[in-house]
Amino acid sequence: MQLDGVTKRFGDSVALHEAWLKIQPSEFMTLLGPSGCGKTTLLNLVAGFLEADNGEIFIEGALVTETPAHMREIGIVFQNYALFPHMSVANNVAYGLKTRGVEKKEIARRVDEALEIVKLTGFADRKPRQLSGGQQQRVALARAVVIKPKVLLLDEPFSALDKNLRGSMQVELKQIQRELGVTTIFVTHDQSEALSMSDRIAVMSAGRIRQIAAPDDIYRRPADRFVASFVGDANVLNGRLVERRGDVAVISIGDVRADVPATSIAEMSVGEAVDVFVRPEHLSVTSRGASRSLPGTVTTQVFQGGHVDLYIDAPGSARDRILVRVPGIAALSSCPVGTEIGLTIGSDDIVAFPSGEVP
Amino acid sequence: MKRTPGTMLLRWSGRILVGVILVFVLLPGVVVAISAFNDRAILAFPPQAWSLRWFWRAFSYADFAKGFWNGLTVTVWASSIAVVVGSAFAFAIHRYKFVLRDVLEGILLSPLIIPHYTIGLGVLILASQTNVGRGFPLVIFAHVVMVLPFVMRSTYISLENLDTRLELVASSLGATPLRILFTVTIPLLIPGLLSGWLFAAILSFNEFTATLFVSSQATQTLPVAMYNYVREFADPTLAALSVIYIVVTATLLTIANSFLGLGKILNVDAH
Repeated sequence: MQLDGVTKRFGDSVALHEAWLKIQPSEFMTLLGPSGCGKTTLLNLVAGFLEADNGEIFIEGALVTETPAHMREIGIVFQNYALFPHMSVANNVAYGLKTRGVEKKEIARRVDEALEIVKLTGFADRKPRQLSGGQQQRVALARAVVIKPKVLLLDEPFSALDKNLRGSMQVELKQIQRELGVTTIFVTHDQSEALSMSDRIAVMSAGRIRQIAAPDDIYRRPADRFVASFVGDANVLNGRLVERRGDVAVISIGDVRADVPATSIAEMSVGEAVDVFVRPEHLSVTSRGASRSLPGTVTTQVFQGGHVDLYIDAPGSARDRILVRVPGIAALSSCPVGTEIGLTIGSDDIVAFPSGEVP
Repeated sequence: MKRTPGTMLLRWSGRILVGVILVFVLLPGVVVAISAFNDRAILAFPPQAWSLRWFWRAFSYADFAKGFWNGLTVTVWASSIAVVVGSAFAFAIHRYKFVLRDVLEGILLSPLIIPHYTIGLGVLILASQTNVGRGFPLVIFAHVVMVLPFVMRSTYISLENLDTRLELVASSLGATPLRILFTVTIPLLIPGLLSGWLFAAILSFNEFTATLFVSSQATQTLPVAMYNYVREFADPTLAALSVIYIVVTATLLTIANSFLGLGKILNVDAH
């Protein structure tokens, strides 16, 4: 599955700008981005619901840019599931087999098999409206995979489910996807969903793919400011470039020094201001005045169960309040609001970008 | 809310206003219905003596029976043709962008603002110009023109309510556009088409003004027969006929509503 410089315009606005994307067989690829970033447009182009203005699309090595949707052999699950309301569960699942002229006995066998995979054996004769949201989603999934699609497209399939169900459906979907080995494109705006399910993530914004990488790489080494701030929480600290050593650059934030990858600030010279992105869990609290620490004051405590979120006012080091994620519950009593503390950076996974407004 | 004398006054005047409006809406029907049971051979209210004999006359009067069957013939043909033609146009207007689309829509909806006597007169002039006889096809043609906007509207709303993702899913599952039309689109539009047909039928069956122009003695519908009757007689037969008519229509609509959910199709139900 491959996109070569695919562009789609709606009138004057560019919905997708020269997207290059190569997806390996059986890979679970997530398109992650805010609404309007072009991820749904990309999905519709792959499905054949939209025509590309430029570029080529290949599925299993075959050029399909001009192929109509009904000949592309893809499976799709929409956010609202889009089950045929006038058909039973079995007929919904059988629809794609009937269009292919599969023999009746074979249809029955494969529908049973698909319903078994999604754990809906015994629901064959129900109508979609008699099912819960989670069950409807399983039917939609069964209907999409029963035709053994070359690519499975998932368009925000979990956003209509309540939170508890969402977690278990995510695990189950991932498991089914791995067992069937179907190449999958998953569209979501939920970064935790993307991080937990994907083999690789393509982060998109304003019609462009900003970074394509494995979830941990996206999280640890975001390619630009947008990715750094959209995926996971990040604090932006005021730093300065102190030294360059090949691939590594040394930056300073007050008394603190840290190494960051040099590529993202390659254009900058020593002494210039940089924005340093630090994850909340990579900061730790120490006593005020400890060496290599940033001075700050606790302004808010938020108890989150397994961890405590502390919001720190540190006017010299950051424009906004700094979020620090402290595991356990000890911080509730040790760092009451108003405590003057020091902050240290405890990880190499920090990145710096040229100082400036967030795009 | 605090109950000040002002808000109380507002509340009660509102209730009274609604009550008065309801009374005026129902009044004509109620007066006619009661007059139908008058024993005397004049239309008078309130009746002095009571009888059911005008119901018997309404059933036995030959022109009414003929008018009823004529009307039914015209209604069934006109509504059915209008559903096919109107749905096709509604589909085209809803799904495709083309030159003069708005003009086409305007023309098709224009019978809503063109008076029925104009339509009747126009069809009549055309018929005499082209030497088309004043048979059923002429009456049916005039009726199709008049009910078309209602059928189109009904289908259009059904298309609006149809989730296009259903059709997209069907195409991803390998269905050709024609197959999608017959297995997904039309089955889901059927309630809308049926209710469109029903409204067209009610309008067509009731239509009087244009029909008066285009019908002849042989093709006159029930409303025209009633008009001709009232020119000769002033007895309560028409009142009796009205009662029968209201009861039958109300019954049919109630049945249709329970099967089709008309409120949803007319977009008056909240989603």
